[in-house]
Amino acid sequence: MIVPNGRLGAVSEPFALSGDAPAIELRELEKSWRGPAGPVRAVRGIDVSVRRGETVALLGPNGAGKSTTIDMILGLVRPDAGSVSVLGGPPRAAVHAGLIGAMLQTGALIRNLSVRELVAMAASLYPRPLAVDEVLERVGLADIAGQRTQKLSGGETQRVRFAIALVGDPQLLILDEPTVALDVEGRRAFWQAMRHLASEGRTLLFATHYLDEADANADRVVLLARGTVVADGATTEIKGRVGTRTIRATLPGVDVAALTALAGVHSADRHGEAVSLICDDSDRAIRALLARYDEARDIEIAGAGLEDAFLRLTVDAQEDG
Amino acid sequence: MSSLAYTGFELRRTFRERRLFIFAFGFPLILYYVIAAPNRNIHDLDGTGISLPLYYMTGLASFGTMMSMMSAGFRIAGERQVGWTRQLRITPLSTRAYLRAKVVTAYAMAATSLALLYIAAATLGVSLPAGTWLGMTGLIAVGLLPFAALGIALGHVLTVDSTGPATGGIVSLLAIVSGTWFPVTHGFLYDVGRWVPSYWLVQAARTSVHGQGWGTMGWAVVAGWTVVLATLAAYAFARDSGRV
Repeated sequence: MIVPNGRLGAVSEPFALSGDAPAIELRELEKSWRGPAGPVRAVRGIDVSVRRGETVALLGPNGAGKSTTIDMILGLVRPDAGSVSVLGGPPRAAVHAGLIGAMLQTGALIRNLSVRELVAMAASLYPRPLAVDEVLERVGLADIAGQRTQKLSGGETQRVRFAIALVGDPQLLILDEPTVALDVEGRRAFWQAMRHLASEGRTLLFATHYLDEADANADRVVLLARGTVVADGATTEIKGRVGTRTIRATLPGVDVAALTALAGVHSADRHGEAVSLICDDSDRAIRALLARYDEARDIEIAGAGLEDAFLRLTVDAQEDG
Repeated sequence: MSSLAYTGFELRRTFRERRLFIFAFGFPLILYYVIAAPNRNIHDLDGTGISLPLYYMTGLASFGTMMSMMSAGFRIAGERQVGWTRQLRITPLSTRAYLRAKVVTAYAMAATSLALLYIAAATLGVSLPAGTWLGMTGLIAVGLLPFAALGIALGHVLTVDSTGPATGGIVSLLAIVSGTWFPVTHGFLYDVGRWVPSYWLVQAARTSVHGQGWGTMGWAVVAGWTVVLATLAAYAFARDSGRV
């Protein structure tokens, strides 16, 4: 395997449990939790295979089963049924070999160590770690390397957690909602670092409920809803299936029925002077809107709300079945 | 090699936690001076054959070292609460290296507590032959084994908020029946005390001075509790890991 060898050292040694096996192989995976009102079926039969070197987004609303699936891939949770294989072996074997780096959805840092010390502590647990100072530089922590972990902001804490996931030089990097605590600049820097990691030949799997993030940063999107895969494909393909966009504008004294009747508009809604149009074809809708109401101001066009997308895709999935 | 580095970082962050210092180091030291300084001329305390400053040195050392050992529980519960235990479970850190770091850290704190009390006792005129110091310290180190296990067990069962009261409560009760505050040589407390491992901690000085060691009873009690509590700790750890 030839991989570009970046500054971080990258996947320079082909070390794996089984050379040609997929990075992740999930077969008929199922998991239920005991809830107050009987068992909750968090994951109900997931089949996904992730090739080495792919960047895959696990997309879905809260409660879709993303975190449970990730916990099973990491061997933190045992599936009720089905199988998980990571880099050709059981998850725990891959973890013990130091092949996986992960950033869980929740988790604070332990106190009384500096940022550099904590990342160095994590590095000491892996057989072939990256240089600590290079990792700190890469994730934008070099300036605060000497600070104690209990004195960091939410965004800084998140970056330290990213550094910990990265410092073991993993072949497979798994991140559960990695950008939640980050501001705009933090997100930009984070995804830049992620693209670099992908270019080094690593396999990346991240969970998110932001469609835009999945779209911009993944080769492939696996859409989860209510514990099942409702779509799995290239981001462009999924976008085509989701399709909807929302136009928002300030437009006083207009009739909702008239807005709904515009070309390309699926449905419309009004709160005081603010109107929002959910569109099947936003290009046609914006032309029709401006042709008819040239007094419309503060116009915004945004991608589909994920909840809408999910409703559509789950309905489609049920109709197909 | 790598797990030694991990232990090193654990030690570093533990010794930076000021709150633990107050309870594990400061409190026993202050109590020792309050009790022993005004009574330093009592050379045979209640027929034990040892001086009051020496008796309370081991009494409060048992208190401080028990606190030190069980403070591991406080740290473990804290790590569980913030999700650090889960983070460790997705690294190659082995269970053995994890537990070793906890035990080594607890013993390092206990050793510090013990050293401070030895120094305090020396300032009140306690002096013993080197062999007796060593024998006593060795017995204390062995007597702390059950408490290393107990700290780990509590840390994997309780929450951060409940480890403090649980540790304080257990240590305080044990201190009474073990003779930390006053010699227990007969009666109900003695009957109970002889069956708890901390009694033998407190007796480490007395038995060492008289050149007796613990005798069969002491070794059996300490060994028995070590086995029971280590089993409990292993169970608590396994149950906790399975759930995480």
